[in-house]
Amino acid sequence: MDEIDRRIINALQTGFPISERPYLETARALGLSEQELLDRLDRLLKDQTLSRFGPLYDAEAMGGALTLAAIRVPDERFEEVTNIVNAFPEVAHNYARNHVLNMWFVLATETPAQLQQALISIENQTGLTVYNMPKITEYFVGLKLEA
Amino acid sequence: MLDARDFELLTEIQSGLPISPRPYHEIGQTLGMPEAEVIERLTFLKQTGLIKRLGVIVKHRQLGYRANAMIVWNIPDALVKTLGGRISRSTFVTLCYQRPRTTEWPYNLYCMIHGKDRDTVLAQLEQLSVDCNLDQFDREILFSRRCFKQRGALYRPVVAPAKPPEFAHG
Repeated sequence: MDEIDRRIINALQTGFPISERPYLETARALGLSEQELLDRLDRLLKDQTLSRFGPLYDAEAMGGALTLAAIRVPDERFEEVTNIVNAFPEVAHNYARNHVLNMWFVLATETPAQLQQALISIENQTGLTVYNMPKITEYFVGLKLEA
Repeated sequence: MLDARDFELLTEIQSGLPISPRPYHEIGQTLGMPEAEVIERLTFLKQTGLIKRLGVIVKHRQLGYRANAMIVWNIPDALVKTLGGRISRSTFVTLCYQRPRTTEWPYNLYCMIHGKDRDTVLAQLEQLSVDCNLDQFDREILFSRRCFKQRGALYRPVVAPAKPPEFAHG
């Protein structure tokens, strides 16, 4: 990845035009030719520097439901509980974190009712309390992981 | 509101836009929709916020961001909106949410900082604390130890079935 790749990634994290020639517009703003931008994006996707080039949807606006949940898992049960939680297709991310609440995961479902059901099922299968922390407000972040 | 054509469009583009000079024309060809209609519908979907963002989705680790910390604060309810707004404008904060407190968990404001290493993240957090005057509030820093699972959330539009796209955090 060189300086031009970095500029492309940084510019395209903030948005992409919805117009007839969006790559041409973006390329001009970056001082590149359209073909060079296309070639570089293609390569960055193929070598997996970028996971995707496209939309990020608002799951809730789509009628879906999302939440962040946490469990206090006893050390000796950590692997067992991880396997139970990860087996749920509703679990999108699951992280071990350095706290007494040591397992944190994101649940995403098509409907709010399914979310509640998944939370109950995880409690039933693990025998542990699941702390549900749905968002109240999301503060807008411009997004930038500077390349 | 949204109609079946909007959902077809959302389903068609969710795995990515074509990397070619006229991507919206190409999408239209697949769906039997004129380019102008694709552009009009996507512009609307973006304006309504249903498409939160259009552009590159990066892999943190590929860019060298190996440390990820979730920082939680207990902020008085009267201040949480103002401080959430200020924290989210910091250049290195990648996510910022207000969430409910629970009996065992007094924290109500969450942010994520992705950094190249732990020391950088801690230094950024200190700067954030100074800039937003956060030292007076109880907080905890939860670094991730292991990532067990990471995938796009399952999304099946009302009309058409789809492959998993990616969402921001819950």
